[in-house]
Amino acid sequence: MSPTNSPKTLYDKIWNAHVAHEADDGTCLLYIDRHLVHEVTSPQAFEGLRMTNRPVRAPDKTIAVPDHNVPTTLDRANAATMTEDSRIQVEALDKNAKDFGIHYYPVSDVRQGIVHIVGPEQGWTLPGMTVVCGDSHTATHGAFGALAHGIGTSEVEHVLATQTLIQKKSKNMKVEITGKLRPGVTAKDITLSVIGETGTAGGTGYVIEYCGEAIRDLSMEGRMTVCNMAIEGGARAGLIAPDEKTFEYCMGRPHAPKGAQWEAALAWWKTLYSDDDAHWDKIITLKGEDIAPVVTWGTSPEDVLPITANVPAASDFEGGKVGAAQRSLEYMGLTAGMPLTDVEIDTVFIGSCTNGRIEDLRAAAAILKGKKIKEGMRAMIVPGSGLVRAQAEEEGLADIFIDAGFEWRLAGCSMCLAMNPDQLAPGERCAATSNRNFEGRQGRGGRTHLMSPAMAAAAAITGKLTDVRDLMGESA
Amino acid sequence: MNKFTTLSGIAAPMPLINIDTDMIIPKQFLKTIKRSGLGVNLFDEMRYDDDRNEIPDFVLNKPQYRDAQILVAGDNFGCGSSREHAPWAIADFGITCIIAPSYADIFYNNCFKNGILPIVLPQEQVDVLMKDAEKGANARIEVDLESQTITSSDGDVFTFDVDPFKKHCLMNGLDDIGLTMEKEASINAFEAAATQSRPWV
Repeated sequence: MSPTNSPKTLYDKIWNAHVAHEADDGTCLLYIDRHLVHEVTSPQAFEGLRMTNRPVRAPDKTIAVPDHNVPTTLDRANAATMTEDSRIQVEALDKNAKDFGIHYYPVSDVRQGIVHIVGPEQGWTLPGMTVVCGDSHTATHGAFGALAHGIGTSEVEHVLATQTLIQKKSKNMKVEITGKLRPGVTAKDITLSVIGETGTAGGTGYVIEYCGEAIRDLSMEGRMTVCNMAIEGGARAGLIAPDEKTFEYCMGRPHAPKGAQWEAALAWWKTLYSDDDAHWDKIITLKGEDIAPVVTWGTSPEDVLPITANVPAASDFEGGKVGAAQRSLEYMGLTAGMPLTDVEIDTVFIGSCTNGRIEDLRAAAAILKGKKIKEGMRAMIVPGSGLVRAQAEEEGLADIFIDAGFEWRLAGCSMCLAMNPDQLAPGERCAATSNRNFEGRQGRGGRTHLMSPAMAAAAAITGKLTDVRDLMGESA
Repeated sequence: MNKFTTLSGIAAPMPLINIDTDMIIPKQFLKTIKRSGLGVNLFDEMRYDDDRNEIPDFVLNKPQYRDAQILVAGDNFGCGSSREHAPWAIADFGITCIIAPSYADIFYNNCFKNGILPIVLPQEQVDVLMKDAEKGANARIEVDLESQTITSSDGDVFTFDVDPFKKHCLMNGLDDIGLTMEKEASINAFEAAATQSRPWV
């Protein structure tokens, strides 16, 4: 641990506030403030507790919600819409939540949704906290200045039993996005562009703090999108220092502090920033105005290009990336040199913990208003939570989507990882607002292009990868 | 947890970078509520065709690698999701050591919880062992965790780094939760202090 009077990063400060024990070799027990749980990575952990007669140490800090497996069609109350093995997992979570006395939002609850959308929405996620979940996109919560990262199932069991995690400290990386974004460029374009710059292993061993004017200008929803994909850059976590926007978002949420406790919390939260002369092990700087609307062309999230570019050739790369690019091009069925805007798509998926929040739906609706999706296009919008869905209906967004020809779904992870019935068939090509374009991610043989909600909406209208700025009229 | 001390085994070459957890164990196999039995689905979409027939070209389907205990792979192995089903599938297949230039963070940690030793070596040393692995079943690679060495079938010896605490746990098959429980007094003290200083948590 660094001396108490030396300059610190935000990560240093949160880390120091949570070390419950430090061994001579620097291995720490990090105390966990919030443990989020979903149905896929937890059954074996609860089974482990039962086998060893251990209780959940802090059930009041443990929050569970089923999201990965749940169908998102309107008839999902009918159990027959779920496969047998999915149903078993969801029922196991129902039972584990009840038996161990943890907070729970079942499928039937309007607050149910993707765990990383529900946590902030309900005020469970607050600045300065440590947040873990058996899910790599736990990085999302870093948008609040919370140290948040994914863990494996053995670690889920460890946190359930001890409320701590065995950790060694990561290094500090600063990712600064200076200046202003141009019209049509969003938080998703920032986070994909950073991964395009650093590669998917560029953040390995680091906790990233995103800063700079373009980050400060983002809403909380946009900041969550940026931090969400810190993991695709290989980082343990992504962080953004809390500010007035953060405090405003948190205030009044069901599980946020109230009254005198709010004031006490706020006083501490305002100390959560990186000191001017803090030490950074690595610094990356991008100019906001240089970031374009981007899409991925390959099967790694680092395969990022501006929509105005052409499909690259394997020979454009070096080392192990040559073979990987060749494999990607074959899998994706793309020819080197073709304009990305010539790539035809047949499916559009708007949703996920990356882009399933209200602002994402507003961005899609702004493009889709009064338009129709291309004939034959399969397009779905899956809100991140029941409350996001309700808000979108209240704002009239749902009508815009339905009129355009989109399916308007119930909340869940859906086609981001295709564990529920929402999947791509072999050879189908999807414009997706989710976070991974791995081989088979959205269904065996399925082809995924990652992009922002506005870009996905534009693709739904034209049937091709499209520069959203071409559909934005004079505002672009 | 199974101990890992020494291993003399067949190494399977997978000269691909960014081997992700969706490749290692596709999502349709995450619906289990058990930890065992996933080995048959390891690398499922690379290993079987649409009719569930083995794809003969895939390395683990080749006769000389069916009993591989070591995997030699490219950069950023295990990137992607936190699913511990990935190391469960690898261990269930019988592979207990991976050699690569780098790993994704969560996957790397998950290995140590499941008796798997993920070894990091510089690219040029991985290249030597990759060539060794390509020789097939006659080329056994020796791994000794105590001395932190790998010996190729040609007698090249490489040393590797490993965190002393992780090494200790792996060599003795120790249960993390049991070890942490020994420090319960520290956790209680931290919790009591935190309740005072950050009561809203």
